[in-house]
Amino acid sequence: MTEARPLTPGIAVEEPAQETEINLYIASQWQLMWWRFRRHKLALIGGTVTLIIYLIALFVEFLAPTDPNAYSVRYTYAPPQRLHFIDRTDKGIRIHPYVYGYKVKVDKVALRRTFVIDKTKKYPVRFFVKGTPYKLWGLIEMKTHLIGPVDPEAPMYLLGADRMGRDMLSRMIYGTRVSMSIGLVGVALSLILGILLGGISGYYGGSIDTLIQRIIEFLRSIPTIPLWLGLGAALPPNWPPLRVYFGITVILSLIGWTGLARVVRGRFLSLREEDFVLAARLDGSSELRIILRHMVPSFLSHIIASITLSIPSMILSETALSFLGLGLRPPVVSWGVLLQEAQNVRSVATAPWLLIPGIAVVVAVLALNFLGDGLRDAADPYA
Amino acid sequence: MLQYIARRLLLMIPTIIAISIVTFIIIQLPPGDYLTSLVASMAETGEEVDQSALETLKARYGLGQPIYVQYFKWAWGIISRGDFGQSFEWNKPVTDLIWERLALTFVLSLSTLLFTWIVAFPIGIYSAVKQYSLGDYVFTFLGFIGLATPNFLLALVLMYISFKYFNQSVGGLFSPQFVEAPWSWAKVADLMKHLWIPMVILGTSGTAGLIRIMRANLLDELHKPYVVTARAKGLPERRLLLKYPVRVALNPFVSTVGWTLPGLVSGSAIVSVVLSLPTTGPLLLRALMSQDMYLAGSFILMLSVLTVIGTLISDILLAWLDPRIRYQ
Repeated sequence: MTEARPLTPGIAVEEPAQETEINLYIASQWQLMWWRFRRHKLALIGGTVTLIIYLIALFVEFLAPTDPNAYSVRYTYAPPQRLHFIDRTDKGIRIHPYVYGYKVKVDKVALRRTFVIDKTKKYPVRFFVKGTPYKLWGLIEMKTHLIGPVDPEAPMYLLGADRMGRDMLSRMIYGTRVSMSIGLVGVALSLILGILLGGISGYYGGSIDTLIQRIIEFLRSIPTIPLWLGLGAALPPNWPPLRVYFGITVILSLIGWTGLARVVRGRFLSLREEDFVLAARLDGSSELRIILRHMVPSFLSHIIASITLSIPSMILSETALSFLGLGLRPPVVSWGVLLQEAQNVRSVATAPWLLIPGIAVVVAVLALNFLGDGLRDAADPYA
Repeated sequence: MLQYIARRLLLMIPTIIAISIVTFIIIQLPPGDYLTSLVASMAETGEEVDQSALETLKARYGLGQPIYVQYFKWAWGIISRGDFGQSFEWNKPVTDLIWERLALTFVLSLSTLLFTWIVAFPIGIYSAVKQYSLGDYVFTFLGFIGLATPNFLLALVLMYISFKYFNQSVGGLFSPQFVEAPWSWAKVADLMKHLWIPMVILGTSGTAGLIRIMRANLLDELHKPYVVTARAKGLPERRLLLKYPVRVALNPFVSTVGWTLPGLVSGSAIVSVVLSLPTTGPLLLRALMSQDMYLAGSFILMLSVLTVIGTLISDILLAWLDPRIRYQ
């Protein structure tokens, strides 16, 4: 991106020229980065959306109207309802949220059930309603949901229901937690490996560097999906969900660390020759202190940008693996697991709303990409 | 140049050996082997287990012996006789099953690559030359969407649309009458008719990525002094653009072949499952699910070798294009 450079005094966009000029010389590095980042509108939007998604992931139990695994035989493949607000009754117009009920028609020839919205039945809906009890973060017992039917038995499927009559909206909200966190955990694992091996590779150079570079090249030469499929199939089927979850993150970061290691190595190689590193060495600092105190802070921002850019690929990979049935398995709910329901065209044709989790994937990946792009541009404010 | 190629070829040998070891470890990872599950399922249905046949199989693949013995038996079979082992599930030699599927995978990947280039090349140039124009924004936006959408999701959506609005299914690579038919020109023509859908689906993310790279590279070139000089001399804009900046910006097209091709092969695995294409993906998935380990192993091995060869070709091409790389 070749945009106007903010550091040329006088042409910085938002602050008045005079003030900027003075501020520029006293601003800290992080301050400069924030100024630069703020000019990137798409990145700001991406950052906001990412924040919202992670907030959703944090408060799933409260936000989801029902339990994601609560099923109902009566409402299998029920289509999405619209949430109405204006209620025209005989006594005049009342404004309150409600949904209409369903009427089931059975097609005797095709032996299929079709749902029709039943305008005679109205189910009032309330915000902050008391519903199924849950434990927030497994600790705090609560009953309040953000939105839900006043009568707990009333059907409310704002995004439709799946094969077993489970609420897609609730399942999608619960899936947010798993899908978004698997990206974070996977990246954290890759980061540890990447910084460690990339740092060693770049700092010491020589034969260790060659060896680690060969390993990285080797790992990258294996086609990822077949490798993941093979490893995913190797996870024992009787493992508990939590262990499968960690197994999958380990599998995903097995390739993921190589990219980060390359970034770290490149940074180390270029910083090693810098004067301030030499100065620190002459000053008698230990190797560890040079790395942690002098080198890491100067490329931390780049690392943060690379991390942000590698989370989306983790999310996409988990989705793909789970979609094929080799990743996370039910009863764990992730976006990939949800999309598995939509694996063939017949179920998609009967219930197109099964594809909605896909939109969530696209939005999350887009938001993280924009955020990462902005961070990368802002990472080096002196450029 | 020859020396460079020779060095790269030599380097391939340890890589392929390492890949074969990793592949073998992967297929050995699931507990038990196919024979034990075969015996179990036969015992369940009350079938007679032919002990002597079992013993022959065991001896041939060294089942029950230490893992390195099994590995050497497997590797030696491939090197000496081209024998990839027996698919237990299909009860056929693996070689009978994989070649046609590998060839189709390769055809699909190559045509996707060409499609990617043909689309990305002009759009990339347009986006760079008309930077910040409406068209640039539209393509950039579409590109980001293309990068963020998983291929299989795109496949599902396309299938749904064609099913719902055109009432036809888009799965498969052949019309029903050609599936079992021997190869003929008519079959090839039929393949061409079906190929474009998976090609477009697989190509979107690659195209999006390449447009971004092409745009960025060309933008870097366009502001260099030699372009300004040429313009000042009065060179027509079109000639000026195509003569040098575009040629320099073309490098990524070649250098990305190495990882685009394996990416396509990988990506096609999932799309093939959704669209039920007769490529490697669905069979590999099934083989992994049923622990048909020689079949699964051969697929992973062959796909990895293809990847290594793809990387080699792209490195050679790049060295040929750009002398700076040769002498590094």
